[in-house]
Amino acid sequence: MGTKKEQPPTLVGIVRSSDYCFGDAPEDALQLDCGRSLRGVNIRYETYGTLNADKSNAILVEHALTGDAHLAGFHSDTDRKPGWWDAQVGPGRPFDTDKYFIICSNILGGCSGSTGPSSIDPDTGEPYRMNFPVITIADMVRAQKRLIDHLGIKKLLCVVGGSMGGMLACQWPILYPEAVGSVAAIATAIQITAQSIAFNWVGREAIMADPGWNHGNYTEQPEKGLAIARMLAHITYLSDESMSNKFGRALQSTTDYSFNFGSDFRVESYLNHQGNSFVERFDANSYLYITRAIDYFDVSVKTNGDFRKAFEPVKCPFLVVSFSSDWLFPEYQSRTLTEILLENGNDVTFCNIQSGYGHDAFLLEYETLGKLMSGFLTNIEPEVKP
Amino acid sequence: MTMGMKIDDANALVARSDLSAIAEMIPMDAKILDLGCGSGRLLKALKTLRHAKVMGVERNQDKIIECVQRGVPVVQADLNEQLTEFPDHSYDYVILSRTLQTVKRPDKLLNEMMRIGNHGIISFMNFGQIEARLQLFFGGHMPVTKSLPLKWFETENIHPGTIKDLRNLFRSLDIKVLKEMPIAQQGDLFKLLIPLSSSLFASNCIFVISK
Repeated sequence: MGTKKEQPPTLVGIVRSSDYCFGDAPEDALQLDCGRSLRGVNIRYETYGTLNADKSNAILVEHALTGDAHLAGFHSDTDRKPGWWDAQVGPGRPFDTDKYFIICSNILGGCSGSTGPSSIDPDTGEPYRMNFPVITIADMVRAQKRLIDHLGIKKLLCVVGGSMGGMLACQWPILYPEAVGSVAAIATAIQITAQSIAFNWVGREAIMADPGWNHGNYTEQPEKGLAIARMLAHITYLSDESMSNKFGRALQSTTDYSFNFGSDFRVESYLNHQGNSFVERFDANSYLYITRAIDYFDVSVKTNGDFRKAFEPVKCPFLVVSFSSDWLFPEYQSRTLTEILLENGNDVTFCNIQSGYGHDAFLLEYETLGKLMSGFLTNIEPEVKP
Repeated sequence: MTMGMKIDDANALVARSDLSAIAEMIPMDAKILDLGCGSGRLLKALKTLRHAKVMGVERNQDKIIECVQRGVPVVQADLNEQLTEFPDHSYDYVILSRTLQTVKRPDKLLNEMMRIGNHGIISFMNFGQIEARLQLFFGGHMPVTKSLPLKWFETENIHPGTIKDLRNLFRSLDIKVLKEMPIAQQGDLFKLLIPLSSSLFASNCIFVISK
C-alpha cells in the first residue's frame, strides 16, 4: 500500500469470486442492530484451498475498511496487482492452501460485490443510496455467518483480520462463541477511540461537503470529497518515519519551489495519486456507512461497557499483534485486549512488532507477521475439532 | 507421558540442569507463568510432561516467534515494568529463571511474582560462588566464569547477588522460602562440596517461594 516494499510473487494464480444471496423472504431477512432488516442480501466471496471432509480447516480472513473479497491471486491474466494479502496465501505460506480452506468475503455495506448503499433496494427497485440502513460491525459478522452456514462450516479454525478486519475477527466469537476456533486480531482495537472517530468524521464531512455528493444521489462519484477523505485516511496509515524515508522534503518535478499552491512536494503528489485512484474503485456512500460502523464499534456495547462480560463466552485462543509505529491503532489498544483475555483465562499471544511502517505495517511486515500467524495456526490445528 | 515431547525440548532440559530441576517440582495440571521464557522450551516441556496450562512473558520479538512456533502462548512485556496484564493470583507457579539479576529492581519484580502467582520458582545465579570469590579476591576483577561468561561492562547482569543476599531480600519482603535447592552445572569444579555450603559452592540455586 502506502510504502513501496517488494512483495513476493503470487502462488495462487487465477481465482474466481462467488456470490451467496439470502434473505429474499421476509422471515429470512438479515436483522440489523439499528432495528431494520435487509432483504435480498448478496455476499461476494472468494475461497482458496480445499475444504476437508469434516469441514474443520476453514479460515475466514477479514478485510480492512477499503478492502474486498479478493485476498490473493489474479482475476485474469491481464491483472497487474494480485489480491490485497497475496503474500500470506499459497502453499507453504501462513494461509497454506495445501492445508486450509481460506474464505474472504466483502463486507456488508461494501461496494465490491456485497450488498451496500449502491445496491438495488428490492422494495423500490432503486439503489438504496442514503436509504441504506446504518449498519454495525456486528451486522457485517451476522451476514458472514449466513455465508459460513451456507458453506456447511460449523466451526471456523480461525478468524483473522487486520485493522477493521480485526474488529470483525474480535466480534465473531462474541456473537458466535461455538463457531470460532481461534482469533488473530492484528493492528486493531475492541473499541474505537475519539481519535479514530475524529478522522472518520472529517473524512465524511469532506465527502458530504462536495456538491457532487448531492445527499447521496450522485450518478458520478463526488470525486473531490472522496479523494480528500482518502488522503486524510491515508496519512493515518503511514508514520512520521515512513513518510520521512519515502518522501522527505523531496520535490516532485521542479528543482525549486513554484511559489503557488500546486503539488510541489513528492508527498503531496503521492497523496493526490492515492486520492484519485481511490475514486476509481470505491463508492462514496459506502465510505460513509463503513466508517460509521467503525465509529460505533465497541464490543462491550451489549454489556454496558463491561469488556470482561463481553468476552465471558469466548474461550478460544487469540493471537494479538500491534506495530510499534502504528498511531491509528496504537500498542496500548492491543494490550488492553490482551489483558482482558488473560483475565478471562484465554490462551493469548501478544507481540508488538517493531516496524516503521505505521498502520500499513500489517500489510507490509508480511514476513514477521507471517511467522507469527503460521506458528499460531499450526498449533491451533490439533486442538480444534468441531 | 513423554511420548509427545520433541527431542529438542527434552535436550534443552538436560542441557540446563536448573530447568530440569524446575520441571520436576511442578505438579500435574498446574497453571504456569514463565517470566523471561526465552524461546519457550521449558514451557513446552511442562505443557507436554506435566500437562500444564502455560504462559510466557518475553521481550525479544524473535524469541516470541519461536514460542509461537512451538505452540507456547506468550505475551510481550518488559520485566522492568509492572506486569499489569496479569491478574492477582492467576497462576499456581510463576517461574523466573536466571533473570532476577538482569532487571532494574529485583525487589519489585519479586513482589509482582508474589502478586500474580501462589508460588514463585526462582533459578538464581550465585555470584558468591567460590570461583567468583577467588577471582575477585586474587584477580581483583569482576568474575568471568563458565556460568558468568561476559565481562562486567557487557553483561546484562546489572544486579549480581549472592545466595545470602537473596535470602536477606526474601526476609525483608516477607517472602517465605519453601524450598532451596542448590544446583551444580555440568563441569562444575566444586560440585561435591555443595552439601557443605551451597552459598559457597553452588553456582546456581533454585528457590521455591510463597507469601
